[in-house]
Amino acid sequence: LPERSTNLLGVRHIVLVLSGKGGVGKSTLSTELALALRHRGHRVGILDVDLCGPSIPRMLRVQDRAVHQCDSGWVPVFVGQDRDIALMSIGFLLERPDDAVVWRGPKKNALIKQFVTDVAWGDLDFLIVDTPPGTSDEHISTVEALRPYRLLGAILVTTPQ
Amino acid sequence: ECPGTGSAQAGSAAACQGCPNQGLCAAGAAGPDPAEAAELRARLRAVRHTVLVLSGKGGVGKSTFSAALAHGLAADEHRQVALLDIDICGPSIPKMMGLEGEQVHQSGSGWSPVYVEENLGVMSVGFLLSSPDDAVIWRGPKKNGLIKQFLRDVDWGEIDYLIVDTPPGTSDEHLSIVQYLSATHIDGAVIVTTPQEISLQDVRKEINFCHKVKLPIIGVVENMSGFVCPKCKKESQIFPPTTGGAEKMCQNLNVSLLGKVPLDPQIGRSCDRGQSFLSEAPDSPATLSYRNIIQRIQEYCEQHHSQEEKVI
Repeated sequence: LPERSTNLLGVRHIVLVLSGKGGVGKSTLSTELALALRHRGHRVGILDVDLCGPSIPRMLRVQDRAVHQCDSGWVPVFVGQDRDIALMSIGFLLERPDDAVVWRGPKKNALIKQFVTDVAWGDLDFLIVDTPPGTSDEHISTVEALRPYRLLGAILVTTPQ
Repeated sequence: ECPGTGSAQAGSAAACQGCPNQGLCAAGAAGPDPAEAAELRARLRAVRHTVLVLSGKGGVGKSTFSAALAHGLAADEHRQVALLDIDICGPSIPKMMGLEGEQVHQSGSGWSPVYVEENLGVMSVGFLLSSPDDAVIWRGPKKNGLIKQFLRDVDWGEIDYLIVDTPPGTSDEHLSIVQYLSATHIDGAVIVTTPQEISLQDVRKEINFCHKVKLPIIGVVENMSGFVCPKCKKESQIFPPTTGGAEKMCQNLNVSLLGKVPLDPQIGRSCDRGQSFLSEAPDSPATLSYRNIIQRIQEYCEQHHSQEEKVI
């Protein structure tokens, strides 16, 4: 089993938002779920592991922000009206928003592991993990990296067809 | 970005830092075998035109468009069309073409495509699954291996048009197909989007991907572009083009807008039923749009081909 880093120890529940199919509203739901949970008074974070098509920064109007490092790793970007929802996405690491992340699996896996263990989330009630479509590298790596922690479960999103 | 496991820079480019495969690539272990490249070239020698259907964004209608393009081109009986589905995790093409449950047969000359019509053959991982709900949970290298097999082991025969449907993203499948198809000639890519900025932002990345791998862009198709109510005939924008839609993006990036296709519930229905939308709904405004777009793609490919012949 991968080692537990301390960065996720303060997170009470982790929820994966999955589909298989693209374009059904995973990122939309992840965003709305985070906002709704925050509205109910919970401490919330979002981890966007869609490396090729990161949508969450734009949905929360923070596509121009940058991430910073601290002793425990990366500091997430704080978003929302009161800047109290923590967000990490590859969108923040791109030099230009139109830069394509043209990576094969191994490099994607390496970054996902870092996103899981090297972001200083602090104390959260819910960490929502938004995923890309498919059942491949991102999904396998995310689940493997999250295994030592409290994984609440997955929400699956679809459309009627 | 990954320079490509087959490139001269494999393992030594700046982007290779931090990639767990760096050592392998630097040692040349992941590059294409020259014998393999020759094999691919031989297999694909009889393919006249190749069109990649890409997006970057999921769920915008790549597979729907690929199926329509295949049917549209195959309407001419004298034309031999092949549709290759390299979406390994979410293969939609078998269902859309009415071929669910079909299996791939092997013969001395390789795997046989599944034929919808005499002149329209299809290949997809969907045909290799024991059950349609089986998840293909593969990492990149295994996906690449299957894509190579699709090109090397399928007995496509002589084809006028090879259409390749891809999954969303800019990753293994996309790098691999461009790399393997360098054995033949790719006419270009058709990039599919919807009008909203959330789609366009992924599509701009895909356009950059095409530039980086020197893949010509035939043009962009904007799907789900407006909806006309069948009852009151009023038009609504279900996915409003808040930043100008594909039209503005194409102007800004100097790529061709091939056309806009309106939302039509019959499209989804035809896909679910495995029927050709163009045949089922010949009078739909969406059918008219598709046909115009297909015509433009054909003209691009034919013109390109005759230019190439002049050069030779």
